[in-house]
Parts: sequence; structure tokens; C-alpha cells
Amino acid sequence: MPYRLLKFALSRRHPEPRMFRVPAALKPAYDVVIIGAGGHGLAAAYYLARDHGIRNVAVLEKGYLGGGNTGRNTTIIRSNYLTPEGVRFYDESLRLWRDLATDFDLNLFYSQRGHFTLAHTDAAMRTMRWRAEVNKHLGVKSEAVDAAFVKRAIPMIDMECGGHAPILGALYHEPGAIARHDAVAWGYGRGADRRGVEIHQQTEVTGIEVTGGRVVGVRTSRGRIATPKVLCAVAGYTPRILDMVGLRSPIYVHALQAMVSEAIKPWLDPIIVSGSLHVYLSQTARGELVMGASLDPYEVQNTRSTLDFAEGLAAHMLDLFPFLGDVKVVRQWAGLADMTPDFAPIMGTTPLEGFYLDSGWGTWGFKATPVCGKTMSHTVATGANHPLIRAFEFDRFERFELTGEKGAASVGH
Amino acid sequence: MKLMNCPLNGPRPVLEFAFGGELRAMPDPDRASDAQWADYVWNRNGAPGVKREWWCHVPSGFWFIAERDTLRDVVIATYPCEAVLR
Repeated sequence: MPYRLLKFALSRRHPEPRMFRVPAALKPAYDVVIIGAGGHGLAAAYYLARDHGIRNVAVLEKGYLGGGNTGRNTTIIRSNYLTPEGVRFYDESLRLWRDLATDFDLNLFYSQRGHFTLAHTDAAMRTMRWRAEVNKHLGVKSEAVDAAFVKRAIPMIDMECGGHAPILGALYHEPGAIARHDAVAWGYGRGADRRGVEIHQQTEVTGIEVTGGRVVGVRTSRGRIATPKVLCAVAGYTPRILDMVGLRSPIYVHALQAMVSEAIKPWLDPIIVSGSLHVYLSQTARGELVMGASLDPYEVQNTRSTLDFAEGLAAHMLDLFPFLGDVKVVRQWAGLADMTPDFAPIMGTTPLEGFYLDSGWGTWGFKATPVCGKTMSHTVATGANHPLIRAFEFDRFERFELTGEKGAASVGH
Repeated sequence: MKLMNCPLNGPRPVLEFAFGGELRAMPDPDRASDAQWADYVWNRNGAPGVKREWWCHVPSGFWFIAERDTLRDVVIATYPCEAVLR
């Protein structure tokens, strides 16, 4: 628990100051420039300042802090992946998550709920057993459970799903959790800010200057900055930044939509995912249902909402929980997912010296925020990829050494 | 509901169509270097813009080309693929 909460209880005045400074102007030079003030970029800034003593850092954000995918995801945190590389990486993230509120002295509303990945077919059950064994081998709490276990944990569920997709069992992942996503960006931002990092919002990067195969500066809507190191953490905008430095990548962008219901009585404790029905949901502490589904079915770099999505997701929700028929949807939105062919991220050094990528975070980036900050700050500080991200290197595709994480994607994409 | 103009069937709901990715030129597999081939297999043009794309009208199994602005999600033109395969 954040100890600062005690101060709120004992103080007569509200003791909360502003979260960040608003730095007046850009300096002419920084040791590191981070593009993107989302969770990932701010986490990297935070650990660069805290663990590596690199404080002359600018985080540039063309919109507002945490306004991209950090504020648009469905806040699920889990480490029940399929490949050993993925499991190790996300489990390190989960370990970091647990201490984060105390680290920040900020309430993240981190809430461990348990996470069910439902299986509606024998083939899906087989994948659940596979994932459970990989997870257990690496010390992660996951197990394949039967239909009766699912029904006991989620009494309101229709186990037949209207008769067309009966639930045979699930992968149960006890550490599965949700957290308040905005607070993650604020916590990292404030921590970085207090250590001297400058966060410049409303500052768009318009070009990256390269001389002799290495980064020398960044052009922005507010002037030029000299820097030897640039970290790109911009999710669905990655291809546009890569075009600025002439690098080609397998990243393609689809929109990912989500929606939230009005607040209703608490009835759902765990987090539920169904790959077959393309749905994932959890109930927030306020009682809203946060619901997500698959990517939009074609490339689009626009955060519009579609009726097709709302209809499809609502239909599948009703397969699982017919009693929700009268519950209203209050918001729908979208984020831009930078997808990769193997459903694993693209992280670390690139062929361009001084240019580092934290990208390819598709639909799975929020849970990785802390470990991305840790590993990318190490990579930027030392110039060498952190051991935990070796499976996610930029050049793995031209070596035809993919990481194959698709089996752990939360829904079938 | 969003409509798309199929060159064979006329305007149809966009749900009836499947996206097939951007139209790309395949290098000659016998002459391409490993790097060129890997570039063709993996790399994509992920930045927004007006792109020529493969689309299929699923009920009739008809593949065609659509020119679409991926930033605004607006289809500019659709036509049979013969026009681009020469």
C-alpha cells in the first residue's frame, strides 16, 4: 500500500501537489531523447534516471501524457504466455508490478483477480495444457482446469454459451490482475520528473537527423535537439518514425477497439478471456465491465469506433452472460496496435547506431510496461540488448528466427 | 453500415469482404538475395497513406484491388486485378 495514503487520512489540507513540472523550453541537447510519453516511454525514463543515473533526458509527446495506448487498453496483467522467452519476460514484469505502488507512492488500484482463458474445443484445451506446463516449468502459477472449476469461480456464466460453444475447461492463471492504467503513466512520469527528466507534451517529432549511420539529433515542432540516443516508444506510430530513419520492419497497424458498460453490482471477480468467442472482460472496482475483442479486420491508422465491432462484441458477451442483455454500453474507443508476424514485440538496438526501438507491442503492451522500462533503460544506457529481450531483436526476421507467441494472444486475431 | 463497391457485385456491406494485404511485387525467387527475399517475406509498409490492396468478396470468392486511404479509412476506387497484374 502507498504509505502516502496515511498522510491523506491525517492531514487537514489536501497534501497533493501537481504531478509534474511543465518545462518551459527545450534544451539544445539531451543525453537521451525518448519519443512517446506513454507508460513504456516514461518507464524507460524513470529507470534511466533511477537505476542508471542518466537524468538529462527529454520525453517528447505529440499529444498528452498517457493519451495513447496506455490509456486505451483493457488493463489486464498476466504472464501465462506460450514461449519460455515470453513467460520469463512477462513474469519479470508481474514481479515489478506488485511493488510499483510502493515505488511510486501512488495508488495504482492493482487488483489480483485470477485470469481464466476459456477453452471451447479439444484443440484449445490442448493449448491450455501446453501453456500450463510451460508456465509451471518456469515457476508461473497456471493450471489447466475443468468445466466444474470454471462454473464454481464464475457462477453467472452460461457454460453452454447458448449451445454452440460449450466450455470444456480453461487455463487458470492465479496472478492475473488489473490496474488503473492512467496512474501507471502518472506514477512513472512523476518519478522521472522528480529525478530531473523533462516531459514535453504537445511536442511532435518531425524528423530524426542521422550522420554516418548514427543518430545526432531530433527535429520537433518546437525546434531542434542534439542527442546521440533516441528511444522510440510510440506503439501504432512506429512505422512513421521508422520511415524518418529509413528502416524497414514487419510492423503493420490495425486498430483495436474496446468498450465499457455502465456500472453494475459487483458480480465478476476474475478476468475472463475466450479466444473462440473473441472476447475478454473484467469488472472494475467501480462496477463497469471493461470489454475487448479482436483487432479490426483490416489495416487502419485511425482511432474511429465502428458499429460492427460493438455488435460483434455484444453478441459474444451475451453468449457467455445472457443476463447482460439490458446493460448499457457507455463508451467505445480504439487504439492503434503495431502488430508483428509472430505476436512478439520488436525491442532493442537497430542497425542505426543510437536508435533504439520499443515497438511491436500490438495488443499486449500494457502488462509489459515495467519490464520494458527496465530492459530498455539498460539497453539504452549500455548500448547492448538486455538478456531478457534477446528473443525480441529487430533482426530476428531476416534470420527467420521468430518467437511464435501467437498461441498466447488473448483472443484469436 | 459501411459499404464497399465490389467490381463484380456492386456495393455490398464491408462485412462481406476480407482484407488481403497491400499489393506487393514479388522478387524473382531464383535471383533474389537472401536479404531481398527476407525483406519481401516480412517487411511491410506500415505507415498510413493511400495504398493499393487485395480484397476478396467472400460470398462470391472474387478477388480485386481497392485503393484505400488507411488514415481516413476511405475507399477511393475498386477495380478488377487484371489492371495491375500486367
